[in-house]
Amino acid sequence: MTSAAVATDMSLGGRAHRVAAIAAEFADRVDVEGRFPHEAVDAMKAERLLGIQVPFAHGGEGATMIEIAEVCSILGQACAASAMVFAMHQIKLCSLVEHGGESAWHVDFMRELAGRQLLIASATTEGGIGGNLRNSICAIEIDGDTCRLEKDATVISYGAHADAIMITSRAHKDAAPSDQVMTVFRKGQYTLQKTVDWDTLGMRGTCSDGFLFKGEAPAVQMFPKPFAEIAAQSMLASSHLLWSAVWYGIAADAVARAQSFVRAAARKANGQTPPGALRLAEASNLLQLLKSNLLSGLKAYADAKVDPDRLSSMGFAIAMNNVKLASSEMILTIINQAMMICGIMGYKNGTPYSLGRHLRDAHSAQLMISNDRILGNTSTMLLVQKPDTSLIG
Amino acid sequence: MAVSDERSKTLGDFMMNQTIRELLGRLGGLPVAVTELEDSADLYAAGLSSFASVQLMLGIEEAFDIEFPDNLLNRKSFASIAAIEETVSMILKAREVA
Repeated sequence: MTSAAVATDMSLGGRAHRVAAIAAEFADRVDVEGRFPHEAVDAMKAERLLGIQVPFAHGGEGATMIEIAEVCSILGQACAASAMVFAMHQIKLCSLVEHGGESAWHVDFMRELAGRQLLIASATTEGGIGGNLRNSICAIEIDGDTCRLEKDATVISYGAHADAIMITSRAHKDAAPSDQVMTVFRKGQYTLQKTVDWDTLGMRGTCSDGFLFKGEAPAVQMFPKPFAEIAAQSMLASSHLLWSAVWYGIAADAVARAQSFVRAAARKANGQTPPGALRLAEASNLLQLLKSNLLSGLKAYADAKVDPDRLSSMGFAIAMNNVKLASSEMILTIINQAMMICGIMGYKNGTPYSLGRHLRDAHSAQLMISNDRILGNTSTMLLVQKPDTSLIG
Repeated sequence: MAVSDERSKTLGDFMMNQTIRELLGRLGGLPVAVTELEDSADLYAAGLSSFASVQLMLGIEEAFDIEFPDNLLNRKSFASIAAIEETVSMILKAREVA
């Protein structure tokens, strides 16, 4: 294909692949330096990927969750940190699109986001809540038309690089910890004072530093719905599905590297099957399971999306939890298999078969909302949820 | 409707309301007293956690000898004392018809 033909491929996949090529080029540097993937995010903006989920009516492309997951997977095969930044932005955007449609301010913001390719970060964690984002200590203060918030946000991924932050708090100073709201604060309406450095094993480019957040904005920027509904109806599903799509991308690239390793060995082996070939067959089997699991989750979301009651039902929450649990655990097994196949060439950095970054990035998956917390949550729901034993339902 | 029917229905409603309130007080883990809550008060805003809501569901299933079908296991069914009453009544009524 000529470069002119590549340049004219304006399909979502074509645009994502161009961004992925740039993300791949800088992936090792982003990882080593633990810095924000500027080049990849600039490319996402240039290819206008940040606003794809915004409905057509508000200047976007109305991309579905499946289409967004595909972009996450394409980017995940190149640079997991860039892909995760994209995924986290789209998760925030999902809440904005699903729950902001009846508020004039939020609709205007969506339109501007699509037009100017704004990047949204999330501030749901807080010092002292023990990792449970459904509780807040800080409370928003409403003073006439203005709202003010101060939050000890122990993690705001790419907070220093975002154009807006969607942040949770108690709904007012007397509200219970679980009575929360979410508010959009735009750059210029808040200050961030860094409190914790993001120096981690993997996912080093997400720059998920901790900050003391202080913001003041018009009160109309608060979402009109309780955060509990937003969390149940848009965040739970979009997080587990889009994270899993990024993780699938990491594992798929690891298997692709292992496969090229085995193929190269087979060419030199004079008719002998190389020792890694059987393990590759196993890895390919697991990768297919991972993919099927994610695709069935995406289908369940598409089916449930038309019915808010179903979206917030226990059966659906359990299904989404299971997608996350399975994909976050299985990628480690798969990448480990790939490492066994590639041997020292996989263990070393800087070879075409290097898998160190993949393995380190993948280790974040079980911890982004701890799998133990999710298992606990599912086990509670299973006490009352009635089993659905149908195959296709 | 005959007066006696009306009265017995009201008494049944009252008892259901009291049972739900008693279970909510015991299992709901709320920071406020149940007596301070209106029937229509948002229980999640009052501090009902998702874990406590499951304990409450189990307690109600036991007390009324019912099982919540999956389509009623959502936030809306347990959003207030009134919503719980309505959900329980719906299940009891469906059982009478069956």
